[in-house]
Amino acid sequence: MNEPQQTLDIREGYKEKFGFHDDIAPVFKSRRGLDKSVVEEISAMKGEPAWMRDFRLKALEQFEKKPLPNWGGNVGEIDFQNIFYYLKPTEEQTKNWDEVPADIKRTFDRLGIPEAEQKFLSGVGAQYDSETVYHKIKQDLADKGVIFLDTGSALEQHPDLFRQYFGTIIPPSDNKFAALNSAVWSGGSFIYVPKGVKVDMPLQAYFRINAQNMGQFERTLIIVDEGAWVHYVEGCTAPIYASDSLHSAVVEIIVKKGARCRYTTIQNWSNNVFNLVTKRAAAYQDATMEWVDANLGSKLTMKYPSVYLMEPGAHAEILSIAFAGKGQHQDAGGKAVHGAPNTTSSVVSKSISKDGGRAGYRGLIKVAKGAKGCKSTVRCDALLLDEHSRSDTYPYMEIEEDQVSIGHEATVSKIGDEQLFYLMSRGIPEAEAAAMIVSGFIEPITKELPMEYAVEMNRLIQLQMEGSVG
Amino acid sequence: MTSAKPTLEIRDLHVAVEGKPILKGLSLAVNKGEIHALMGPNGSGKSTLANALMGNPKYEITGGSIHLNGVDVLELSADERGRKGLFLAFQYPTAIPGVSVANFLRMALTARRKEMGMEKPLPPKEFRALVKEKMALLRMDDSFAGRYINDGFSGGEKKRAEILQMAVLQPEIAVLDETDSGLDIDALRIVSEGVNALSGPNLGVLLITHYQRILNYIKPQFVHVLVDGRIVKSGGPELAHELEAQGYDWVREIQAA
Repeated sequence: MNEPQQTLDIREGYKEKFGFHDDIAPVFKSRRGLDKSVVEEISAMKGEPAWMRDFRLKALEQFEKKPLPNWGGNVGEIDFQNIFYYLKPTEEQTKNWDEVPADIKRTFDRLGIPEAEQKFLSGVGAQYDSETVYHKIKQDLADKGVIFLDTGSALEQHPDLFRQYFGTIIPPSDNKFAALNSAVWSGGSFIYVPKGVKVDMPLQAYFRINAQNMGQFERTLIIVDEGAWVHYVEGCTAPIYASDSLHSAVVEIIVKKGARCRYTTIQNWSNNVFNLVTKRAAAYQDATMEWVDANLGSKLTMKYPSVYLMEPGAHAEILSIAFAGKGQHQDAGGKAVHGAPNTTSSVVSKSISKDGGRAGYRGLIKVAKGAKGCKSTVRCDALLLDEHSRSDTYPYMEIEEDQVSIGHEATVSKIGDEQLFYLMSRGIPEAEAAAMIVSGFIEPITKELPMEYAVEMNRLIQLQMEGSVG
Repeated sequence: MTSAKPTLEIRDLHVAVEGKPILKGLSLAVNKGEIHALMGPNGSGKSTLANALMGNPKYEITGGSIHLNGVDVLELSADERGRKGLFLAFQYPTAIPGVSVANFLRMALTARRKEMGMEKPLPPKEFRALVKEKMALLRMDDSFAGRYINDGFSGGEKKRAEILQMAVLQPEIAVLDETDSGLDIDALRIVSEGVNALSGPNLGVLLITHYQRILNYIKPQFVHVLVDGRIVKSGGPELAHELEAQGYDWVREIQAA
């Protein structure tokens, strides 16, 4: 503290823990770039029905027509013709880890996935580049009618249920990246929880990009039927390459009357991944939808999980953490659209920037005319760890009804010298003291996580902070 | 004490804050087993001494030396000083929202133990028992361990929390910076009893205070009077009473004479 320490590269521990890659020989890899023939090839590889192929091709047209967003981050850097849109790593998906090819299994072992499945999960899906290599749900849940499949298998095995909901919450025309995902989607999770069934332990999906210049476009669809309950968790990592990869997912969720869904993301992509994801839920009468969205990795993230409150009594909870270090831009946030009377929403955003990183909150609260008695609170706190980092807050409000209660609070603080000195005086080294302050700052969100994930979050924060306090 | 070197030895210390000299040649030695009171009027440099001892980077050492068990403290960062057994009970402890007292104590204790050659942290069960015991000493409710450090604490709670940290970390030298300020009589008694329970042959205490009041509860063997950055008078406990009776103007007069 007496002398300024050298600022080291952020996330220096990432490479060893998550940033490794495997040399695997995929069973199929599409050529670089995107056009109609690539989309047709993906659809043919998957043996899809004609309606899905047509859906994809239409979406491709939308993608080509739509301009790139001119707000948020610098998406102009993405070279869409340099990306591989589909890579199939294995011939078959399995329910048995021993059948996963050894080098791929080793990856998931290093990431601790099979161990977590044993300990505290109801089911696990593991996606490697474009396809799911492992997928399994506990037998007692399957017996109760819970469906947890990769999305492609769900299209095959439950075509009617699938078609009833697919693309209804986020149409391809929604935005350029939703259109792209709709054209080339592969993998992701499909979950159906029948009426009244409560899945008490989380279902987890793990997304891994391994190949260079890879595009990962998983597509997730979750239907929580009346009075049911589910917690879905996703994690993601990738190797560190000098050139960029693209991750562009679409997540659609339907939460029916009295049901509850919590969707937790711990996004820890390497710093060469563009992460441009559209996530939206529709919540019906007295339903609760909760997004817990933590973004620590990627080069650029643009992600605003949304809840459309469709019927009275619906509730939305959006907890967002954005941590941007050197060379990172986290444009995170959320949206709550109050389309019915007496609906409620709460948004808590915590953003942290260091080493020149840029993190922020971009959010929208919308109340439709006639949606009387709605309540919404938004709280955004930003923590800056040094002088040259940046924090942005863009809280948009579109309130078309008078009889509502809307609260908004925002704070920006700098990590205090006094706080550091206080902790250090008790013998705690500077980097650990700073990590402690950051962990404390996001504690209102981590305390909502199951213990295992809270521990993981704090470990990742520690990793972000290692050796880089100036 | 018969050991050759004092536990804490401050020699001719000069300290400046934002370029302004505050301490102008302060010398003081504190041994384990001793309680020293350092008294002085506002602006005499009491808190500057406390901060300089602990290594607050805002305080610039412009001359002199500080040694702890013969080690040059000025070469050490604040965390190294803490691990080596120097402790400061802050006058205005800082809030760390989201970090629980228990978590903080666990990390600090682990760091301190490591320095003392104990590689492993105290097992959770023993740690909990230790904290519980020390909280009982300070008449703190068990729920206190789960609260965020100094966040929303009353003045009395903050001071008790400081003494709790001292009790758990077992320093060799504890500097109490106006621990009595802002305390009502009951809180002052509890805090003082805590300090008394902790003092003994393994702890040296430097009690920094403006008022004689706390010395009704904690009995120092040595009293020093600080005026304008220098110790102008040292003596036994009777000196505190003289000060109380005659005020600081009295020592200023001595100094002027």
